[in-house]
Amino acid sequence: MRHWIARQRYLIDFTLASLARRKTKNIGLVLVFSLLVFALASVTLLTSALRQEAARVLAQSPEVLLQRMVAGRHDLIPPGYIERIGRIRGVQQVEGRLWGYYYDPVVKANYTFQVAATVPPPAGRIVVGPGLARFRGVQAGNVLSFRSYSGKLFTFTVDAVLPAESELVSADLVLLNEADFRAFFDYPAGHFTDIALSVANPQEVRTVATKLAAALPDSRPILRDEVLRTYQSIFDWREGIALALLSAAILAFAILAWDKASGLSAEERREIGILKAIGWETGDVIRMKLWEGTLVSLGAFLLGYLAAYVHVFHFSATLFAPVLKGWAVLYPSFTLLPAIDGLQIATLLFFTVFPYAVAVLVPIWRAAITDPDAVMRG
Amino acid sequence: MRYAGRPSALAAWVFAVLIALFLASFADAGRLGQKRSGEQAARAELAARLRLTDLALFTEARYTRHPSLADLHSAAQDHPLSLEHFPSGSLLPPPAHLRNHASLDRETTVPD
Amino acid sequence: MIELDDIHKAFNQGQPNEYWALSGINLKVAARQVTAFSGPSGSGKTTLLTVLACLARPTRGRVRLCDEDVSGLPERFLTEIRRRTFGFVFQQFNLVRGLSALDNVMLPAYPLGLPYGQLREKAESQLAGLDLGHRRDARVEWLSGGEQQRVAIARALINDPEVVIADEPTANLDTALSRQFLDILSRLIDEGRTVVLTSHDPLVVESSVVDRVVRLRDGHLVDGAG
Ligand SMILES: Nc1ncnc2c1ncn2[C@@H]1O[C@H](COP(=O)(O)OP(=O)(O)OP(=O)(O)O)[C@@H](O)[C@H]1O
Ligand SMILES: [Mg+2]
Repeated sequence: MRHWIARQRYLIDFTLASLARRKTKNIGLVLVFSLLVFALASVTLLTSALRQEAARVLAQSPEVLLQRMVAGRHDLIPPGYIERIGRIRGVQQVEGRLWGYYYDPVVKANYTFQVAATVPPPAGRIVVGPGLARFRGVQAGNVLSFRSYSGKLFTFTVDAVLPAESELVSADLVLLNEADFRAFFDYPAGHFTDIALSVANPQEVRTVATKLAAALPDSRPILRDEVLRTYQSIFDWREGIALALLSAAILAFAILAWDKASGLSAEERREIGILKAIGWETGDVIRMKLWEGTLVSLGAFLLGYLAAYVHVFHFSATLFAPVLKGWAVLYPSFTLLPAIDGLQIATLLFFTVFPYAVAVLVPIWRAAITDPDAVMRG
Repeated sequence: MRYAGRPSALAAWVFAVLIALFLASFADAGRLGQKRSGEQAARAELAARLRLTDLALFTEARYTRHPSLADLHSAAQDHPLSLEHFPSGSLLPPPAHLRNHASLDRETTVPD
Repeated sequence: MIELDDIHKAFNQGQPNEYWALSGINLKVAARQVTAFSGPSGSGKTTLLTVLACLARPTRGRVRLCDEDVSGLPERFLTEIRRRTFGFVFQQFNLVRGLSALDNVMLPAYPLGLPYGQLREKAESQLAGLDLGHRRDARVEWLSGGEQQRVAIARALINDPEVVIADEPTANLDTALSRQFLDILSRLIDEGRTVVLTSHDPLVVESSVVDRVVRLRDGHLVDGAG
């Protein structure tokens, strides 16, 4: 064992000394490699944290949401629906939700107006999300005016700003009471946006939903399960501009690595000849190169991963904000609970270290099995 | 270690530090998790109280602000591989229940 | 020590450019002597050296090392034999650029896995014995030709080989340095080693240090055979 370690140390000594000869090139390679790992690991960490966040935060969202569809579009729930649903066996609690979108031309941002069912603000007063407050520069006590879609100007006093830590779910919210909401949007009396309901026995959610669909043929029930599943597949590996761009980067790097690793320079070829002539076995040469590949790629992995961890969980994935923001003006600032998916990290580790080691090895294999007598001839 | 100047000794140090930091990142994740769990609980509480269904990540369009409420005819669902108008639309997959055409979604039935 | 028995060596066998560099060489290399191969360019000196030192296999014929037939052994064993028995000094020295003189000297011993301190001391004393103690940390490409050759000799000796193989060792050296090399040769013999070298440098071939000169022409032995 000690003997084995001593041999490996010698091989590492040699491989590092040869790497040091082309210092800038090899440091550059490690940096580019780490950058790639950094980007991939950032995506991985961010998405797994967001998924976990959604699963925890939305765990208490309504068990069933009922939309009404007219000509393939989400439409208002007409009066009478709530009563009819209340009569369906198994339905425990029914509540009409009132919410809608508002485009604020002042800052060119979209808001979500919603009636706060449980603790509605007094008339003429609103509670706003922290993102909106930051964006419009308002705080409790300030006044905000919105021109409604009917053309009338409405002025509200900001009653409170939702706590900053809730920004991930509430950035763009404007909470108001029912009367203000109906007046602002000219919402017909007795109509609702959709219906949230809870079911007495959680096992029966699907049965109840089927009953709802049968009783109200123009309705579309959405189960909490489905909401959660939506977020479980959010930023799926297959989706995403970020990943598409990254794959281009991966490809570019693969070409770079292949070029570097496979294009054995005449110098390296000569060196392998010398090593074999003075008594290194083919296996020693290959092990030496394997160490090179492992040290370079493992180093790049660790550097990239650490940078990604700090980036996502200590700097809120700032570098991704432009991608995630898209055209949206109002973008939440949030800190996530770290959720590290061990399997994904292991996958990333494997896909960084393994292909690189192989790319290094393949050409070496060919060079290392050539006859050593070539070195006698200059 | 008598010959600490060997490259392998240097590499051992560098990797020892990197691996220690790697392990520390898991410890740090645990610490941050504890520290931030209160904030998450506050978010969950707010979501439950206001009956929220979605994260407010992307505010530019209906189907990105409330992906879970998007219907078959929202832009993102035209085709799973369609090029999106909004960048976030390409980050968001069509909701799983739409992709799988869950039984609760009415599809156009072919008239016999 | 080493016996060559009807050695033939063909390059590119079976192809239009087939070339027989050695044909029917019979030779016994005596232990504790300096044997020199001499002959015109292209006569097969280097080729004979590679066959003798297990760097290449003969196309036909046998190589016996201490009465053991090694010509049929697989590459792994040949490497082992090379490492234990032979030390090489190449014409172009073939040092690994970018490494220090000391690292170059230690290189052949890496696969043996000796304790580092022990190996380092060995390498240092080899270099010191060749008056290179003060240059041991210099990168080899900064050394002069004579210094490089002495590094190459130190490297050849690190595994304490019985046989030292040298191909045109003085081709890149001036007269003074060539003389110095001959002194080193006699020291090697005193240490009980065997030396086989090629040369067309009269200074070497006619020197008293060389016990036996084997002349080659077109892949055949001219005289001194047996
Ligand atoms: N790999 C090879 N393929 C084809 N021919 C070769 C090869 N190696 C050597 N030869 C030929 O074999 C012959 C003997 O070569 P060798 O190198 O042994 O000569 P040498 O006596 O050492 O010459 P020099 O004094 O110039 O070093 C030469 O004609 C050479 O062209
Ligand atoms: Mg020659």
